[in-house]
Amino acid sequence: MARIIVVTSGKGGVGKTTTSAAIAMGLAKKGHKTAVIDFDVGLRNLDLIMGCERRVVYDFINVVNGEATLHQALIKDKNCSQLYILPASQTRDKDALSKEGVEKVLDELSKTFKYIVCDSPAGIEKGAHLAMYFADDAFVVTNPEVSSVRDSDRMLGLMSSKSRRAEQNLEPIKEYLLLSRYSPERVKLGEMLSVEDVQEILSLHLLGVIPESKSVLNASNAGIPIILDEKSDAGQAYADIVARYLGEEKPHRFIEDKKGFFGKLFGGK
Amino acid sequence: MSLLDYFKTSKTSSASLAKERLQILVAHERTSKNQPSYLPELQDELLNVVRKYANVTQDAIFINFEQDEHQETLELNIILPDNNGKNKS
Repeated sequence: MARIIVVTSGKGGVGKTTTSAAIAMGLAKKGHKTAVIDFDVGLRNLDLIMGCERRVVYDFINVVNGEATLHQALIKDKNCSQLYILPASQTRDKDALSKEGVEKVLDELSKTFKYIVCDSPAGIEKGAHLAMYFADDAFVVTNPEVSSVRDSDRMLGLMSSKSRRAEQNLEPIKEYLLLSRYSPERVKLGEMLSVEDVQEILSLHLLGVIPESKSVLNASNAGIPIILDEKSDAGQAYADIVARYLGEEKPHRFIEDKKGFFGKLFGGK
Repeated sequence: MSLLDYFKTSKTSSASLAKERLQILVAHERTSKNQPSYLPELQDELLNVVRKYANVTQDAIFINFEQDEHQETLELNIILPDNNGKNKS
């Protein structure tokens, strides 16, 4: 049986696809056979972030409709043999996905994969609902910003009432906070919600903080999941997140302001 | 106390403002989310019953639903008009 992870947020542009690509790659690199599915039908982007956009032949909807087998549609990652990508359809609209269709695909994947990462679209419509419906674990990607925090809370509410686990009175989805685009300098200046603030408001278990980092754009430009950039702070943050998720003890990093010369001059202490 | 701290304290931090606004909003949205969906209808029907006996307006009836770990409370508050006796049929 695979463990199904949904990467969700409610709000768009907070880093769901970046996170999906990074953690799927991280899990696969740890030796776990992992599939990552793009649920954003009509606006697929996971293929670009994973750098496999030119290898897409069949997609998720083709498999749901029986026009292609799962084996035909899955794209084997070029960097890691344990990782497979199931792209979203670019042409069909969101109604092409059904609960039964998604369940069928997930059931089939569960037979051979250890982890299935579902990259949710933004919003709370059908695609987002189906992405989280079958989940065992939820990675809630949140930016330290009011609208993102509010939307995350809304998403948490939906997961606790409208998911399979909620409807069948099973053990609830395990929810984790991934705080992305964090800037310790701005937190220190009182310009940004701190990790404690966000945790207090959402009462979520913190899986990791991803610092605001230029390397994220560089990685997406190149189509290489950020976790493979082991020198970058964001890449290291995702590596920590994967390790913590798998049960390793890792102290949290990237929360404190690392002061430079000017910081020392003006920052006291 | 560094030079920067002096400027920092001179203005209210926008982060604390954000936190305060979010806490109020999230608390409010969580309670309304858990409310039973029949509340507006219940309010309407109750109002009609009360109106048979007293001349009350829509604004004079309040329904408040509260939930804690042990129980759910439905609080009903109707403000009767001063001359309610005269309106009884």
